[in-house]
Amino acid sequence: MKSIAVRGGEVVDATGRRRADVLVEDGRIAAVVPQEEGRDLAADLTLDAGGCVVAPGLVDLHTHLRQPGAEEAETIETGARAAALGGFTCVLAMPNTTPAIDSAGVAREVLELGRAACCDVRTSAAITVGRAGTQLTPMAELAALGVRLFTDDGTGVQDGRLMRRALEYASALGVVLAQHCEDAVLSGGGAMNEGAWSSRLGLPGQPPEAEEVMVMRDIALARMTGGRVHFQHLSTRRSLELVAAAKADGLRVTCEVTPHHFTLTEAACATYDPVFKVNPPLRTDDDVAAVRAGVAAGVVDCIATDHAPHAPEAKEQPFDQAPPGMLGLETALALALTHLDLPITEVLALMSWRPAAIIGADDAHGGPVAEGRPANLCVIDPTATWTVDPDRLASRSCNTPYTGMRLTGRVRHTVVDGEAVVVDAEAQR
Amino acid sequence: MSGARHLLGIAELDVADIERLLRLTDSFVEVGRRRMPKVPALQGRTVTWLFYESSTRTRLSFEQAAKRLSADTLNFSVPTSSVNKGESLRDTVATIEAMGVDAIVVRHASSGVPHQVARWVSGSVINAGDGWHEHPTQALLDCYTIRDHLGGLDGLHVAIVGDINHSRVARSDVWAFTKLGAEVTLVAPPTLLPPSVEGWPVRVGHDLDAVLPTVDVVYLLRMQRERMAEALLPSLREYTACYGLTRRRVDLLRDKAIVMHPGPMNRGVEIAADVADLPRSAVIDQVRNGVAVRMAVLYDLLGSGADLSRDLPGRDAR
Repeated sequence: MKSIAVRGGEVVDATGRRRADVLVEDGRIAAVVPQEEGRDLAADLTLDAGGCVVAPGLVDLHTHLRQPGAEEAETIETGARAAALGGFTCVLAMPNTTPAIDSAGVAREVLELGRAACCDVRTSAAITVGRAGTQLTPMAELAALGVRLFTDDGTGVQDGRLMRRALEYASALGVVLAQHCEDAVLSGGGAMNEGAWSSRLGLPGQPPEAEEVMVMRDIALARMTGGRVHFQHLSTRRSLELVAAAKADGLRVTCEVTPHHFTLTEAACATYDPVFKVNPPLRTDDDVAAVRAGVAAGVVDCIATDHAPHAPEAKEQPFDQAPPGMLGLETALALALTHLDLPITEVLALMSWRPAAIIGADDAHGGPVAEGRPANLCVIDPTATWTVDPDRLASRSCNTPYTGMRLTGRVRHTVVDGEAVVVDAEAQR
Repeated sequence: MSGARHLLGIAELDVADIERLLRLTDSFVEVGRRRMPKVPALQGRTVTWLFYESSTRTRLSFEQAAKRLSADTLNFSVPTSSVNKGESLRDTVATIEAMGVDAIVVRHASSGVPHQVARWVSGSVINAGDGWHEHPTQALLDCYTIRDHLGGLDGLHVAIVGDINHSRVARSDVWAFTKLGAEVTLVAPPTLLPPSVEGWPVRVGHDLDAVLPTVDVVYLLRMQRERMAEALLPSLREYTACYGLTRRRVDLLRDKAIVMHPGPMNRGVEIAADVADLPRSAVIDQVRNGVAVRMAVLYDLLGSGADLSRDLPGRDAR
């Protein structure tokens, strides 16, 4: 395996910031050398990190890789490449594939395909068989394969009693249950946020309460069972207030938000372009402000992409018929750096070591950049500007809502397991 | 012809646009009264229909309008087309576009489809009704009909009664009536109002008996049976009792007030059978004016933009 020297950058991790060069050998960090020592690191490959931040690789808790079943939209290979270009060294595959990741067989297939991919592909699994909301998946068997997070993402677990049992059962396994909070009856198939815009546009809306009642219920169930709940892609002011209160009560809850929920509002739907259709839907200005405030105040544990590729023909349907979801892996970091008024250390905490800890991936990802650690790194140029061009994204799909948007902050190199998979913003395989 | 103009909704029009279309409508009403009600204004132009939803009056009146303007028409009927073989909207539109058309008249059950089609084609797109969103030519013919009966809309009070939330006619009418200076009151049970009317220049009421004595126009919307299943209403009977225009309620109207309905009517539900046929009912005038309004819209988007009298020869020879 080629050795790599990452030279001229500033190392930033959970322990602080320092100017240092990093030597990678045999998949591990072999040395971290302060630049003031003036020592030249010899390696097979030298990566220029001048003007850059050298950080632990990013970790995404919410990636739809679409394989098996919807390979026309994304594959594990293409999704992992998009992830690496976005600075992610680890992604967590969502289980709403066809078939769903609800058995050891499907989970093994995903993990096997992931081994050939250019980042660390881990998998979640469904809480219920077929994500149908009636019968628990073999959680112990799946946990033994390394599954650390269970979710029926795409839908929420509607049955409160079943969710209670799932939390109780999972507590013996040390795994997290993650919830896509949406009361399906209350949301009623709404295509966008319900309110002034949906009323004006004549589109069926889903009220914020459809999300909030499930957040409330699951907080009650976490209190009841002592179970560990992670709330996925929260999008409303009240959802974040509920989670803040639950945390203040000492409950074992965490939450994520997506870049689109802190950068876009429901007003974008006025174009009737289904690229802006996503679930939970884009919300109001006030909700966007609340999501940003929740991030700044530490209520939000991590930023997750909810990367949801869809083939062009799927997004060329009428707005109310098109599937929800938007790309996220290649824009998430730049959106956070451009639109959140946070120091880069805090952005990295939200996108690297905190999400890594939630799924127990902190053995390999998000840890300090230190000798002996697994070499999963991203090198970020925080001042580079670029324009989002859907045709230049590595994802097999092009449903980004950020076409033409100018962003600041770009991933220059990504090292996964000691291999330079992205060099100078180009995927190496 | 990139940068083609479209008619996607009334909300995007300004007062001058609406007034221009109504003035044009006057000219085409005159054409309609001729013994030979046909002019060569759109000779060589091709108009096609893309109707994904059933329609009687809108479809027929667009067809009549195009023919009276001497445009060529291409008929596209969804039930017999490749759409039934699973062809996507985008592919269907590309196919029609490849045949060379100047305007596509679109009706679809989903809001926003005409906006999507307008992004894909080089010709003009006319919205003939999209989901719950807009039905701009209906609003224009409603304005024309009100003007014809009552002299203008400025200062009038119009009550729009019924299933506002699921009505593209209501949305277009609210914008058209208020832009032309009318006051609009929406009268409906709360379950049939949009979730928010923030930013709508309207008042909202739930007591039809209280509103009727103050209006110049009462505009009734079609009540659909599906709404019972969605728990939006207990029963049609209760709807009629609270919001139906019964004979008794007609007596609450001022002498000159008129009754309108976009059709098709559910006689005995939102409108009593005999009320629909009273002299104050303008329902048939609405249909009649539909042809001239749609001629005006087609001419406005596809015409030469030259002197109207040159495009409508025969006006003086009549």
